Amino acid sequence: MSALTLKNLDISYGDTKVVHGVNLEVPEGESFAFVGESGSGKSTILRAIAGLAPEWTGEISVLGKPRTHGVDRNVSRQVQMVFQDPYGSLHPRKTIDSALAEPLAIHGIGNRGERVEAVLKQVGLDQRFRFRFPHQLSGGQRQRVAIARALMLEPKVLLLDEPTSALDVSVQAEILNLLKRLRREQNLTFLMVTHNLPVVSFLCDRLAVMRHGRIVEIADVAQLKQGDLKEPYSRELLAATAA
Amino acid sequence: MSAPLLEVENLRVSFPTHSGRVEVVKGLSFTLGRERLGIVGESGSGKSMTGRSILKLIRKPGEVTADKLRFEGIDILDQNEKQMRAIRGARISMVMQDPKFSLNPVMTVGEQIAEALVTHQKLGRKEVQQRILDMLVAVRINDPERVAKLYPHEVSGGMGQRIMIAMMLIPEPELLIADEPTSALDVSVQAQVLDIIDDLVTRKGMGLILISHDLALVSRYCDRILVMNSGQVVEECAAGQLDQAQHPYTRGLLAAMPVIDETRDELPVLDRTQWAGT
Repeated sequence: MSALTLKNLDISYGDTKVVHGVNLEVPEGESFAFVGESGSGKSTILRAIAGLAPEWTGEISVLGKPRTHGVDRNVSRQVQMVFQDPYGSLHPRKTIDSALAEPLAIHGIGNRGERVEAVLKQVGLDQRFRFRFPHQLSGGQRQRVAIARALMLEPKVLLLDEPTSALDVSVQAEILNLLKRLRREQNLTFLMVTHNLPVVSFLCDRLAVMRHGRIVEIADVAQLKQGDLKEPYSRELLAATAA
Repeated sequence: MSAPLLEVENLRVSFPTHSGRVEVVKGLSFTLGRERLGIVGESGSGKSMTGRSILKLIRKPGEVTADKLRFEGIDILDQNEKQMRAIRGARISMVMQDPKFSLNPVMTVGEQIAEALVTHQKLGRKEVQQRILDMLVAVRINDPERVAKLYPHEVSGGMGQRIMIAMMLIPEPELLIADEPTSALDVSVQAQVLDIIDDLVTRKGMGLILISHDLALVSRYCDRILVMNSGQVVEECAAGQLDQAQHPYTRGLLAAMPVIDETRDELPVLDRTQWAGT
């Protein structure tokens, strides 16, 4: 079964249409990347899947079930998102413990203490961080908390919006290793947005190159590694990275 | 090499904390001619503080000391605020990281660039206007007349950064400090912006200090590189020889970056205890 299916997906913000006619199928367990410059609509697709950009037409299916336009609890159980900026995505006045327990409370899941403990262990954070506030953590630790929060509901799909671009290279390496391990352990499907092609090469199986709200090309990561992309724009992106 | 533009010897920057003063730059020394110097390091390595202390932009309670901090024979530490204002912008200028936060949101682009110019030089209105348009063209903005009338929120990030570069270069400084000039920008735009900086710096024979966390980028655009870690220079090398770097920290940073034809299953992670205390 495919984890995500997008059919003729158009997404608008008000009167402006930002994504045009996207068709995509991501099988379960795959790690898929969207690459492209700012404004190409790649984050918007993730936001629409997560329910944050409700003005879309076409079809979004998660694990075989079409998604509605409104808030959809079942989708939230299965699909969670990690945002780019770990400084902005955690509530500054909530402890790590309450940030992590909140999704459980919303979905009426018990055993919260134990679950929070377990997830902290999974993302490699010591228990002493549990009752701290975000400002007492470093950027890398915060991004671990953001990933932990996304994992609380044991989702099948993670939407990753530039998960490492706000981090230092050495911290980026730690987070990339963590994501790779989590995916292996929990058989997660990743849908990731990035502009960093080497990160795609490390973490993903396939990628879509986007420009002006359209998919220009879908390629295997092997093609990326060999510099074997077909479209001129994709090659341009590759050249900008490789130079 | 000509006489050095900038001489720094034993630069120290410290801030008070609950547990006494903490030094964030610990005895940094370098000289800079009319060349391109890259300072690389991670968050908290003191690279931005180094850049700011050259412009004397570190406010109390921060404290800057140095055995020598001279720019073209002027002792920076001896200058008072008024004298510094004659240097900042006119002779040494600085491009900041994020155009969104560094441009004035209630002034048009043209007005802001003009302000940078007329603060330091008395010029007629027509001449100012012409210089602005020329400068916008120099940073490769098509249609400069239209852009000069826009407000910062009406331009894209890449264009904002080019506007900031225009503003910094219009008084024709001798030294440009670029503190992460492209980390808020797309990869495809990054190269354009750095090419512009590079081109203008080379053409005008200015000195450049490029501060960044991106090793690859710095090695591409600089002649010489200082690698900083916890307030100290751990390694200094020519940009072309970065791959032969010796220090474990530099090597660790290089190894931690994924590459385009990645085959490693796991990226090596820096062991931060290894050089603690060095």
